[in-house]
Amino acid sequence: MDNREIILTVDDIHKKYGNTEVLRGISFEVRKGDTKVFIGSSGTGKSTLLRCINQLTIPDSGKIWLHDEEVTHSQKSINYFRQKIGMVFQNFNLFDHLSAVRNVEIALIKVRKMPKKEAREKAMEELRRVGLEPQANLYPAELSGGQAQRVSIARALAMEPDIMLFDEPTSALDPELTGEVLAVMKDLSKNGMTMLVVTHEMGFACSVANEIIFMEQGKILESGPPEQLVRNPRYDRTKQFLFKLGELYGDIGRSQ
Amino acid sequence: MDLVFITDVVLPPLMAGLVVTLKLIACSVPFGLIAGILIATGRVYGNPLVSFACSAYVVIFKGTPLLMLLFLIYFGLPSVGITLEPFTAAVIGFIVCNGAYNSEYIRGAIQSVKSGQMVAALALGMTRREAILNVVLPQALRRAIPGISNEIIYLIKYSSLAYMLTCIELTGAGKIVASRYFRFTLVFLIVGIIYLILITIAGKILSLIEKKLEVPGLIR
Repeated sequence: MDNREIILTVDDIHKKYGNTEVLRGISFEVRKGDTKVFIGSSGTGKSTLLRCINQLTIPDSGKIWLHDEEVTHSQKSINYFRQKIGMVFQNFNLFDHLSAVRNVEIALIKVRKMPKKEAREKAMEELRRVGLEPQANLYPAELSGGQAQRVSIARALAMEPDIMLFDEPTSALDPELTGEVLAVMKDLSKNGMTMLVVTHEMGFACSVANEIIFMEQGKILESGPPEQLVRNPRYDRTKQFLFKLGELYGDIGRSQ
Repeated sequence: MDLVFITDVVLPPLMAGLVVTLKLIACSVPFGLIAGILIATGRVYGNPLVSFACSAYVVIFKGTPLLMLLFLIYFGLPSVGITLEPFTAAVIGFIVCNGAYNSEYIRGAIQSVKSGQMVAALALGMTRREAILNVVLPQALRRAIPGISNEIIYLIKYSSLAYMLTCIELTGAGKIVASRYFRFTLVFLIVGIIYLILITIAGKILSLIEKKLEVPGLIR
């Protein structure tokens, strides 16, 4: 039996926009050190799900627990949970008016109330971790997409989160830049970071994830370890989707 | 001799007036800016009531002449028991008016900040207030600088309206000297040149500030 600590519990999350049911009862558990990859066609609620986890989107019903504390309905203390749940966005969302190192340290100073000197040291350390120490004083507009995304990963890591959410972190990048971001993420995963990743990078999913979750129309259709889900999908719909991905990106699961 | 007349008779009272003009501007600009920031932030992020109040403020003070406002403050307020010095009344009027115009530039700039900036700030655990203060406003204000600079230059010019409240600033001082010696053309040409110099210097300072605060790629 798996006796690693449960970090995150997602229990029966529903979300509707108008008449469209985006999430129709999603439940799963995340244990310490897990890397779970979410796949599925656009509009199946993968991004909405991630945003529900840190309450950037408020679900209509269902509960989220971080360790044994409820994140949903946490009112003011949501800001505490958000520090513990790092998030990386498709469009990086770096603060445009701050240099790379200021981007990483600002939440340490303003949210964690860390002394400036200490925050700067911590920020530099995080930038070093993603290989961007020389770019510390560049502004977002002066960074390549891959560098910007790595800064945004460093920014999230600086808060020492218990879990990291990646919302299509490489979808806005060309293949070369994608590689450098995925390398950082692989490294993180290997070092034991707990991660939920929405991505269609199946090479990454197969080599790093311990579970791939296939979502379809707001539900988890099936999930399992990469070798099982990719080689032996239970449903035709999963098979069809993986086939489409394979057509686009080459043979999945062998391309690592 | 005209030159002696200028240096000995015209310039001393004009310089005294200029000092008052500078004081009017120095007292109005910072508070006009603060008023603009508060009103713009209230309009965009306030609850419906605050937002409505801020919009109403802008509609009222953008839609009425400044001189009327000054008269109301100076001549109207005593009827409800508030009597103000001419200088104070003028400064209050300028702040109210300048704040309304500034808020329009700042509101536009706030709305031009990409929504992802706020989302990223919240995701890091900032409260909305912290996100507005640390992320949205620093970007919005940088984008609003050209507009705010314009308003400051207008303010320098409409500070001459203080004269209508018997606050003798540059224009008022000019009017007094000109009437006494009946030298309107000469005196008001000099007054005009002083304003021109003042505004040129202000423009230079403002563009230096804009340069100093410039961030690569922030304003496209």
